[in-house]
Amino acid sequence: MTEANLSAGNGNGSPRIGVYVCHCGTNISATIDVVAARDVAENLPGVVLSREYKYMCSDPGQEIIKDDIRELGLDRIVVASCSPCLHEETFRNAIADGGLNPYFFQMVNIREHASWVHKDIKAATAKANDLIRAAVRRVRFHRPLEARRVPIDPRVLVVGGGIAGIHSALTLADAGKKVYLVEREPSIGGHMAMFDKTFPTLDCAACILTPKMTQVRAHPNIEVMTMSEVVEIDGFVGNYRAKIKHKPRYILEDACVGCLECIDVCVFRNGKTPDEFNLGLSKRKPIYIPFPQAVPQVVLIDPEGCIEFRTGRCKKTCVEVCAERNAIDFTQEETFSEVEIGSVIISTGFKAFDARRLPQYGYGRLDPVYTALEVERLVNASGPTEGEIVLRDGSKPKKVGIIHCIGSRDKNTNVHCSRVCCMYSLKLAHLVKEKTDAEIYEFFIDMRTGGKGFEEFMLRVKEEGVTMIRGKVAEVYPEAGNTGRVVLQAEDTFLGMVRKIPVDMVILATGIEPQADAEDVRRTFNISCSTGGFFTERHPKLAPVSTFTDGVFLAGACQAPKDIPDTVAQAGAAAAEALALIDAGHIELEPNTAFVVEEECSGCKTCVGLCPFSAIGYDEGKASINEVLCKGCGTCVAACPSGSIRQNLFEDEEIFEEIVGVMANV
Amino acid sequence: MSDKPKVAFYWCASCGGCEEAIVDLAEQLLDVAAAVEIVFWPVAVDGKRSDIEAMEDGEILATFINGAIRTTEQEEMVHLLRQKSQVLLAFGSCAHLGGIPGLANQFDRETILETVFDSTPSTVNPEKVRPQLEFTENGHSVDLPGFYETVRTLDQVTEVDYIVPGCAPTPNIIGGAVGALLSGDDLPPAGTVLAPDTALCDECGRKETKPEVVAISEWKRPHEVLIDEDLCLLAQGLVCLGPATRAGCGSLCIGANMPCSGCFGPTSRVRDYGGKALGAIASLVDSDDEAEIDKILAGIPDPVGTFYRYSLPASRLRRAPMERPLEVAAPKGE
Repeated sequence: MTEANLSAGNGNGSPRIGVYVCHCGTNISATIDVVAARDVAENLPGVVLSREYKYMCSDPGQEIIKDDIRELGLDRIVVASCSPCLHEETFRNAIADGGLNPYFFQMVNIREHASWVHKDIKAATAKANDLIRAAVRRVRFHRPLEARRVPIDPRVLVVGGGIAGIHSALTLADAGKKVYLVEREPSIGGHMAMFDKTFPTLDCAACILTPKMTQVRAHPNIEVMTMSEVVEIDGFVGNYRAKIKHKPRYILEDACVGCLECIDVCVFRNGKTPDEFNLGLSKRKPIYIPFPQAVPQVVLIDPEGCIEFRTGRCKKTCVEVCAERNAIDFTQEETFSEVEIGSVIISTGFKAFDARRLPQYGYGRLDPVYTALEVERLVNASGPTEGEIVLRDGSKPKKVGIIHCIGSRDKNTNVHCSRVCCMYSLKLAHLVKEKTDAEIYEFFIDMRTGGKGFEEFMLRVKEEGVTMIRGKVAEVYPEAGNTGRVVLQAEDTFLGMVRKIPVDMVILATGIEPQADAEDVRRTFNISCSTGGFFTERHPKLAPVSTFTDGVFLAGACQAPKDIPDTVAQAGAAAAEALALIDAGHIELEPNTAFVVEEECSGCKTCVGLCPFSAIGYDEGKASINEVLCKGCGTCVAACPSGSIRQNLFEDEEIFEEIVGVMANV
Repeated sequence: MSDKPKVAFYWCASCGGCEEAIVDLAEQLLDVAAAVEIVFWPVAVDGKRSDIEAMEDGEILATFINGAIRTTEQEEMVHLLRQKSQVLLAFGSCAHLGGIPGLANQFDRETILETVFDSTPSTVNPEKVRPQLEFTENGHSVDLPGFYETVRTLDQVTEVDYIVPGCAPTPNIIGGAVGALLSGDDLPPAGTVLAPDTALCDECGRKETKPEVVAISEWKRPHEVLIDEDLCLLAQGLVCLGPATRAGCGSLCIGANMPCSGCFGPTSRVRDYGGKALGAIASLVDSDDEAEIDKILAGIPDPVGTFYRYSLPASRLRRAPMERPLEVAAPKGE
């Protein structure tokens, strides 16, 4: 293609091009002179008609295109509007309705790429003109294509076995779909299993969670993999393959009946290792079960504490008592397995803020200071104190201070509001008061009780005599005179004075943060994170559980801080999205695959090793691309040294014409 | 006057190898010479520019021009020959892609003249004499052609009908081109390179010895290793540009146990030979670590001279950036 015949008329035959410039209300028209843009487009080679319209994506907007195709015989359409992510499909469908191949279409993003990011009307309009010119030049070379139809594997991978994962898994399994539920801890249940009561109804967390946990275990459609992590995923929507790492439990899961006799007879009379589930408030033995209702009801061995692992000379009383069940296996090693699935729900949950990062509150240094999660364990009937609120020194608190917003709403730690802390603080105030009758002071910045029954609950707790102080605690320090108490110093913004309140116990309402390895998960599943590190949904309003990777959905606090009802609602939504995908039976994929032009291929094999999806084979002196495996990344197309690999929708002519168009005025 | 078809040859910025290549046709040359009338071939046949100027437009059937366009005289001559010829052929890598002289596009004219007339160790030029466009003594004047800042390919100067690739074109390719012209039938569309349109691997005898994945941790230069005579040269860590280079030469260099250096240029589908060749070679580097990649690639000295050896003026880069790349000025002198 020489410059001479580029400028001569319409290039590829004589396409009849229609250009449509959208106002997007005022989103575009406030910054781009859409009438001028239409006029410029009208004079471009090959353009038969150019229009501007308030909302091209609306029904009337789409009708205009359809009518023009029929009446004027348009055979190429360019729409200059928003992002193709939003409306490419809308317009392709309209064009198909108008009787044209939907790929005789090019969308120009003059909203995100021009009007929204510029202020100068003249310059923004000039940029829009360049982008439209590029599309008009490109679209002449478009070829008719057909979307690929790929069947959807009905199996679903759920990553993370907290309440979000449990609810998604059960919803899908009840609908008859096979679910692989992967949990890295020894038991499913997540954070919710640690709670005693839930706000604002004060129903028992265990009573509502454990039945669901056992249902998961018993469900014929759910395969639970605990102590497991997804390490790799490849494929594409409808056809993913996940590689899962299984950490050794040193117990044969199928052989263990959960009698827990091995724990009783362990040579350690008392536990020596801080119990992770109780946040170190109690000790456990090297052979243990994380908590009584754990699912699976199977023990595990911690090789760092176990004498047999450390010395090889233990009496192995556990093995003796296990007898013919013979469930203990010290030789277990890490293993890997692979599952094939069509969609993925990520419900990896959150991490509680580490209160040590704010040393002014004394956590980890002053005995009376606890985190909220620790107090959840203290008030829990199956917790380290069997529900008694006993301080580290063995006494019962008479005065308790609760500090809100630890690691939330603070530019030094996290700017976001963790959404649940106000409510759980009120809940803990109520529970502690109920159990100890202590005087309770809540230090809050704002009381955020937006939720069903939340405000009512706050009023109830207030009536119970909890003192609410609006003010941020500046410091927690030991009371003079070695009393064992600590003083909370804060400005009471209602009274307009600094208050110093000595208390026996401080509860830090720690906020919600993304998991420490959220970045790894993000990369594994090829999704994105927003600035705070929580996973990004496809659209904050209209696609709240989808991601930019098709077939990968989000549920629960991995997406943003949320309480149990919201988490469950989202988990149900994610399951419904996966079901919608599965029940469609197949998915249409963008026909953007690469292909080898066989008679041009020299068989140099440069492409073979470069394909990230192993889609390229070599046979009888030529390369060939498996269309089903090709994801259209373009690596081989760019790499082919003889230019013998081409890619639909990204032909050289199309790309170079676009460049020529955009550079025309440079 | 004979009524045999008239043929002309002309030599622009090149080494002379292309003229040799015609002689290399050996006894085939006699057949050609018998079939045509050579009206102009400065290196071998007596003839003057004025003879050409006196011809009718289109009187010559075919003119073969080798060499890149570097001077005003070359430009004038190719325009003249274009006018007088029905078919104009770019003969050899320099006319086709710019060739070795095209590597001068990495520099500007002044740097080149300074190197040639002043700074090489073998130069003795204390008065800093430089060639002049015109020199007059005793009322007699002589002139020299102007020297452009930039070397161009033939098709950047005039319309080219066909291209005979190679440095120099191989006898089979020349024979094929001449045969096609004389028979006159089935001539391909204008602008066609008269050689197969696949890469050299297609006809390379070592093709099947190339592994599906080649991973190179150290590039070797031919003088550094004993080269296996059967194994794919890339698999031996030698920079062989066969994957990016048009076939048709009969893999002569590879047959002589030397890697392909790319003289036939790209296939018709490639817009920048060096970019593709570089991509093909770089993709074989066996590392994900940036520093290590740099180290491995440092094993290829002179990347421009390696990947753009024959094609810098025809590339997307064309030349090192400068303000007035086509200026013809009198070379500076005393």
